[in-house]
Amino acid sequence: MDIAHMNMDGTEIARRDARAGAETVSLAIIGSGGAGAMRAGEILLDVAAKAGFFGLMCRAMGPQIRGGEAAALLRLATAPVSSPDDHFDLLVALDWENFSRFAAELPLAAGSLVLTDPDEGEVPAAISESGARVAALAMKKLARTVPGGRVNVIALAAAATLIGLPVPLVGEVLARQLGRKGDAVLAASAAALALGEEVAAALPPARRLAPPPAAAGARWVISGNQATGLGALKAGIGFVAAYPITPATEVLEWMAPALAKTGGLLVQAEDELAAINMVIGASFAGTPSLTATSGPGLALMSEALGLAVASETPLVVVDVMRGGPSTGIPTKSEQSDLDIAVHGLHGDAPHLVLAPNGIGDCLFTTQWAVALAERLQTPAIVLSDQALGQSRAVIAPPPSPPALPGRLLATAAEADHYQRYAVTASGISPMAVPGMAGTTYVADGLEHTPRGIPSAQASDHHTQLAKRARKLEAFDYGAAWADIEGEDGDEIALLTWGSATGPAREAVRRARREGLMVRLISLRLLLPARPAALAAALAGVRRLLVVEQSHGRQFHKFLRANYDLPAEVAVLSRPGPLPIRPAEILARLVPWE
Amino acid sequence: MSDSQTAPAPLLTAQDFKSDIKPIWCPGCGDYSVLTALAKACAELARPRARIALISGIGCSSRLPAYTNVYGFHGVHGRALALATGVKLARPDLTVIAAGGDGDGLSIGGNHFLHACRRNVDMTYILMDNQVYGMTKGQASPTTAPDWCEGKLTPTGTGIAPVAPLQLALAAGVGFFARGFAGNPNELARLIVAGITHPGFAVIHVLSPCVTFRAEQRGWKQAVHGFDGAPATDPATAMARFAGDDGFTTGILYASATPPFMPERQMTMTAADFDRGFIV
Repeated sequence: MDIAHMNMDGTEIARRDARAGAETVSLAIIGSGGAGAMRAGEILLDVAAKAGFFGLMCRAMGPQIRGGEAAALLRLATAPVSSPDDHFDLLVALDWENFSRFAAELPLAAGSLVLTDPDEGEVPAAISESGARVAALAMKKLARTVPGGRVNVIALAAAATLIGLPVPLVGEVLARQLGRKGDAVLAASAAALALGEEVAAALPPARRLAPPPAAAGARWVISGNQATGLGALKAGIGFVAAYPITPATEVLEWMAPALAKTGGLLVQAEDELAAINMVIGASFAGTPSLTATSGPGLALMSEALGLAVASETPLVVVDVMRGGPSTGIPTKSEQSDLDIAVHGLHGDAPHLVLAPNGIGDCLFTTQWAVALAERLQTPAIVLSDQALGQSRAVIAPPPSPPALPGRLLATAAEADHYQRYAVTASGISPMAVPGMAGTTYVADGLEHTPRGIPSAQASDHHTQLAKRARKLEAFDYGAAWADIEGEDGDEIALLTWGSATGPAREAVRRARREGLMVRLISLRLLLPARPAALAAALAGVRRLLVVEQSHGRQFHKFLRANYDLPAEVAVLSRPGPLPIRPAEILARLVPWE
Repeated sequence: MSDSQTAPAPLLTAQDFKSDIKPIWCPGCGDYSVLTALAKACAELARPRARIALISGIGCSSRLPAYTNVYGFHGVHGRALALATGVKLARPDLTVIAAGGDGDGLSIGGNHFLHACRRNVDMTYILMDNQVYGMTKGQASPTTAPDWCEGKLTPTGTGIAPVAPLQLALAAGVGFFARGFAGNPNELARLIVAGITHPGFAVIHVLSPCVTFRAEQRGWKQAVHGFDGAPATDPATAMARFAGDDGFTTGILYASATPPFMPERQMTMTAADFDRGFIV
């Protein structure tokens, strides 16, 4: 047994890590339903967080309600990470059931280590062919030697030991979670942990983490869907109506109790048509309101989004995208709702489309979207996706978006001659809400006069169309419209959005480290397009690589429709569900070096 | 926000609840009487105009909000009840009324009708039934008899049984159901007052003739007959009592004591308090 692994002494652990410390280690824990792979992954992420690391855990799941294949895909690091790595350094297989269904999501390299339970059958060919080292660990048998011992706890201890996470911390996290289950359960888990740690000492070495940063600063553990919910709450959302849909449901599950404690309310509607119309009603009544859905739900909501545009009712729709069209791949990610978000409304219907580009950014972007929707009296669609929403990360505390003045309300001075859709220079008209005396009006999806009276006259239509477009175009969105990394003089740029930003960000950093100066531009505000701002961001850029996760090059087409791009443009566009990996992006940049 | 409830309440007449906009309805349309009855009911209840929200979908009758002087929303086809639900849940202090026709409420909006009945949010739904789509010039609606052959899309009749709003509402768990007739606006005003006063979801089913596409509905004047008994308070009794109803019985047909849906709200935390749950 390696004495360093048993030692609680911090200096000893530091010495051990220094022997082969890496800035980042990726590991996957896989198993069939009930094996506890996902649980083990979550615990490892929490342990890494408590130990001072950063990290990311994505989930690969099948469509089964309970059981089925599941993989916890972790990347732990000494600094914040924005995307999965190119391959996994360690794969712990509790069993190989249904492995073929997600084999493609588990790239391995020659140096990778695979732990297999010899009682769970042969190692699949895909593993043998990867060139990874394979080591046997009879996890099930070992678990049986401990009364009440669980397979995933053995695996957890072995994995933690191999990558250099302190096993005592694993014990602490487990004990906190099992606290209510009694001493016998706690003792069983402690014994299983000790056993797992012991047997790991005899295993071949795996890539180990370097010591955590001395001052990692405050860190959060949060999922994208939770961050979306928290951003909404911080923005003052007081009403949510929604219909359950994967992979957006966790936004709602987080918000329901949180709203109930902050004076708000979440209503489970009978369908998405009801949800969006309830949200319109609540917003009309003066309460900032939001719904969350996925692609099929957004499609059902699109008629009412037109109503929100015409009636100038602020609201936010969060679309946590999944593979489409139709039911598609509900549990896996894709950036393929950009088209419907941008173009899916009927009529000329200017609206906002925003996209978070990281897990923490789900908070920032959702909060900003609510503030913009309220300020501009318009619907905003926020395009998150499964890869952001259902992944958890250890991150620096997310920043807050710039503060904006809230909804422009009518005043008593306007009583008795109130014009709900008054034509103003900014395009924003003061909005009365029920309860205000003297400013009653009828919000209308029919084209209308400034007073809100239905009108089919050309002049009213033209004036109101122009007003609704102007309020979005003329607004100063500030610096948050995009994330830009790089320097003047960069001749190559990556242009991306949403969850594809994570691997793009890492690719840019790797490229710059190797002397290839590449600029990153990630659009957070998709609609309205900002041609002047992007032209400035692209100044000096001769070559552009567009990175997106869709089959139909939706983002590239969107860019072509709205922006002037440099002469040389390449596109890395691939449908889900496999994540785009940093090395793929780098491989496209290298020929330009 | 200025609060009209804190101002001395002026006594308003029915006329004060009507706007200066001329309705697009045909001469003789039953909906004029519904507007009159609604304005009368509002005046009788003496609610401030600013505290009433009138929500509609699409159709002839859904034009109603523009002709009133209260807050209104003329939304998309079929979703008036959903939108009204959002208004009421966000602002329980408001008197919320939804209005629309048989196509809007029972066809395209049928699902919301079911769920509004079972959700029992405290609001009133004025369902103006003329058994025809008037705005699109005379097609069969979900309440049209199967042998009506004048609809151009169904020249040999729909061949399918119409929806019975009362039975549908009872099956879905409605708390209050009254039926009125546009030709008797005084009774209708009383029914609307009763519906608004009822704590929970109240359906006011109004027989509102379309003299343009269903001229024979002028005969409804002779067909209607009042129900003066005490309304049933449980759905089984109501269902049995009106099993053979001809659809022309007016009055309060059902009133239960089911408590309305209004989730409790607490203000025990602020948004910033939730940061704690994520800090390592």
